[in-house]
Amino acid sequence: MNGPHDMGGMQCFGPVLPEQNEPLFHASWEGKALALTVAMGASGAWNIDQSRSTRESLPPATYLGSSYYEIWIRGLEQLMLSRDLVTQAELTSGQLQTPAKPVARVLQADQVRAALAAGSPSERTMAGAPHFAIGTRVMARNLHPAGHTRLPRYVRGHVGIIERVHGAHVLPDANSQVPADPQADWLYTVSFAAVDLWGADADPTARVSVDAWQGYLEAIA
Amino acid sequence: MSSNHTENHGHDHDHDHDHEHSHLSPMDLRVRALESLLSAKGYIDPAALDRIIETYETDVGPHNGARVVAKAWVDPAFHDWLSKDATAAIASLGYTGRQGEHMVALMCSPTEHHMVVCTLCSCYPWPVLGLPPVWYKSAPYRSKVVRDPRGVLADFGQTLPASTHVRVWDSTAEVRYLVIPQRPEGTEDWTEAQLAALVTRDAMIGTDLLQAVS
Repeated sequence: MNGPHDMGGMQCFGPVLPEQNEPLFHASWEGKALALTVAMGASGAWNIDQSRSTRESLPPATYLGSSYYEIWIRGLEQLMLSRDLVTQAELTSGQLQTPAKPVARVLQADQVRAALAAGSPSERTMAGAPHFAIGTRVMARNLHPAGHTRLPRYVRGHVGIIERVHGAHVLPDANSQVPADPQADWLYTVSFAAVDLWGADADPTARVSVDAWQGYLEAIA
Repeated sequence: MSSNHTENHGHDHDHDHDHEHSHLSPMDLRVRALESLLSAKGYIDPAALDRIIETYETDVGPHNGARVVAKAWVDPAFHDWLSKDATAAIASLGYTGRQGEHMVALMCSPTEHHMVVCTLCSCYPWPVLGLPPVWYKSAPYRSKVVRDPRGVLADFGQTLPASTHVRVWDSTAEVRYLVIPQRPEGTEDWTEAQLAALVTRDAMIGTDLLQAVS
């Protein structure tokens, strides 16, 4: 989906403003937003691609007008609502009004360290071999799917070079569907000359890469 | 607003909300309501929330990445391992897991400088750098660095030699990138621990250039 989250190349946001001595959290609720998101992510009620898809499907003005942890909380509420884990009335009141729906897992305090240290690897074994070799010129397909994708707009239709092959990884476009389709595809780093992406005024020394699944790419002559 | 994360979760919803929460922001109220609800539903263990926050407040942060960088500077075999299999090399120092399952190390040199971004959300190598700063997650950085990396460096007060090539890595999959900055001149006799203290978080993202030590 061509949403407001796909920001690469936009020119309307002004300079980057680093904050000196920035605290880890700017308010205590931000830490809770992180922890609630991680804890509920462990419930098995959704996967990371469904989570990203939900966040970027927030109304554009809401997405652009919200801080990052606000987006996380709004996304978490939407995920819970869409899976009937909570009702809107419950979210508004903070009070339980309907029975809990079973979830696959409740992350316990003594499991936190191990769960964070294990993570959720996305690499999968896959039969066959990757289609593209390092050094191959490829074009990022001109795709505009209605659903979630990880191919940014700014590379679509441009020619780049395969720089790395990362093995087969779960494909977000399929895994973000409900129910999830956890198929894998070959994953590459594809780099593009900045002048090819942004025109003659771009930095002639710069190259920009994305990590792109094989289905995002096509061979060129 | 308090940054105390050890308050007694079990008591939050037993008090009068209007009285107790009258000084709190709308987001604070919204997150408290959500936490109370999810706890009442049995979907979360409130103590697990504190453990998650504590992990990123104390254990996991840029000091981890700085240790990786310093070791790469002093240990050629580790540098080589990091170049070939960063996930395994970094795991050998005990840094693994969430948002760092598949790591790649990017070696800066006098001829090539690396910068890392996630234009689509804010993917970031948590096991080695902790949680990202606000600027990394912000629209200005996500939009600008792929189009004008030297302009972003200028926003950080940094200037790269005109002849140095710039590589920007957009983290659009589950691969996470750690920038290994150039070792500053003047640190030839420094210990690994001294070197680690020199490495900034921003240098490991690529928005800071470490200066020579006199």
